[in-house]
Amino acid sequence: MKKLAGFLTIIFLISIPFYSGEYYINLASQMLIAAIFASSLNLLVGYGGLTSLGHAVYLGLSAYITAWLITKIGLSHGATAAIALTATTVMGMLFGWIALRATGLGFLMLTLALSQIFWGLAYRWVGMTNGDNGISGITRPMPFDINLDQSNYFYWFVLIIFLTCMLLITRLVHSPFGASICGTRDQAKRMTALGFNVWLIRWITFVLASFFGAVAGLLYVYFHKYIHPTVMSITSSAEALLCVIAGGAGTLTGPIIGAFLVMILKNYVSGYVERWNMLLGAVFVFIVLFMPSGITPWVADKISRLRNTTK
Amino acid sequence: MSNALEIKHLNKSFGGVKVTQDLSLTVKPGERRLIIGPNGAGKTTLFNQISGELASDSGTIAVFGRDLTKSPAHLRAHVGVSRTYQIITLFPKNTLAHNVALAMLGTSKRKWEALKKLQLNDPIYLRALELLDQVGLKHRADMLISEISYGEQRRVEIALAMSQNPSLLLLDEPLAGLSIDERMIVRDLISAIPKTTTIIMIEHDMDVALSFAETISVLHYGSLIVEGDRDFVVNHPRTREVYLGH
Repeated sequence: MKKLAGFLTIIFLISIPFYSGEYYINLASQMLIAAIFASSLNLLVGYGGLTSLGHAVYLGLSAYITAWLITKIGLSHGATAAIALTATTVMGMLFGWIALRATGLGFLMLTLALSQIFWGLAYRWVGMTNGDNGISGITRPMPFDINLDQSNYFYWFVLIIFLTCMLLITRLVHSPFGASICGTRDQAKRMTALGFNVWLIRWITFVLASFFGAVAGLLYVYFHKYIHPTVMSITSSAEALLCVIAGGAGTLTGPIIGAFLVMILKNYVSGYVERWNMLLGAVFVFIVLFMPSGITPWVADKISRLRNTTK
Repeated sequence: MSNALEIKHLNKSFGGVKVTQDLSLTVKPGERRLIIGPNGAGKTTLFNQISGELASDSGTIAVFGRDLTKSPAHLRAHVGVSRTYQIITLFPKNTLAHNVALAMLGTSKRKWEALKKLQLNDPIYLRALELLDQVGLKHRADMLISEISYGEQRRVEIALAMSQNPSLLLLDEPLAGLSIDERMIVRDLISAIPKTTTIIMIEHDMDVALSFAETISVLHYGSLIVEGDRDFVVNHPRTREVYLGH
């Protein structure tokens, strides 16, 4: 049943460009990128129990490195992507080492502070980042001579990466290591007594989250062909956290649904409602009040109840 | 053969309160040792120091000849130190089988496997079912910890500790809060543990505890005040003084 639903969803996702206009294809691409980003944060927040308010720094860093290498150095897309992903992950190693001196509120504040440093740098280090003007003129890669400037090809390109990321994250979550991550979230003291190096497990989770965040950053900058410091702002980090919490932290589909919802509100509804941020806030309040554990757990609960009553 | 546990001149204080004072303790391999003492005697603190959850201020702790004084807590599990908790510390949102499987992963390299799904027919789950069978809970294996009774949770605590094949097992009040019938079940479980596992137990239920232990150590204000066999300790004037106040 679950497999069939997953299969049909994938077929649907592949088919979107065949009957949708340019606008909707682009919206779908953005939704998938946001979903990768939210899922990467979910590893930390949902599975690791470590609430970060600075996750946008990995998306931003990877995007800025890509933009800089392409426009200023003129490096090839392959090399750029490899450098951006590696450098961002290394930064994740360092930031994780610093932020994991604390858990809970202390961890949240450290992640926020670290991301604010880079947000400030992006604004002030004009020589590197063009400051408030941002970096424009970024091109999209041409894998196998396929022109990704066409929205449908770009969408499929994003879809392939999205599915690969989700496959990896799903495998990770269901693996013995995934069980260890959840264990450190639920009962850290016991995990230590059982022989788990809780700190190391958390650190690896942090690094993995920063890597998948970097992947989202790469796609983000390819999509917009432009980068501005606001991608690293606290608002971006909070938006990703909102996707995770609204969709359902610690579930695989939750952050995806959360990201889809936020992107639809942001891009589609904003065309009709001027103060779409207020609407987003209202939707979030509604979700927290009526589905406190998020959309996915709420739906799952309703389905299981329905099954029990029909039995 | 070296001693299962050898503690020398151990100290620990929280601020000005000395919770472990110049404590020395030796436990032989295969021994069943009971630690008693009034509330606040420092029994659980001593366990936390042995398992590494608390760092000691001074003194040494050696398990089977290995000095573990400075070892981090998670490495001590790999040397064979396993413990249970007075306040139940399980994974309430997971099944019984998953709890035991997780405990086994703790001392296994397999916990680092990140891309292979942990299947329900994995050897680790099958072994978990065997262990649950030993504590009489195989029929509950797929239930969540939060769905079973308190007495059953106590038995899962023991299954978790035993799943690691410990050479030194620390049982912190394994009978706390249990009914008389449940006590008998848990007592039988503990007596069935093979002699290859050395056991140190903190317990207030004297009927069960005294029948279990060969040697008893009495702790008072973080110091060891009396040690010996059952009759010796029970009849010792210091024991009576500590417990009865005269």
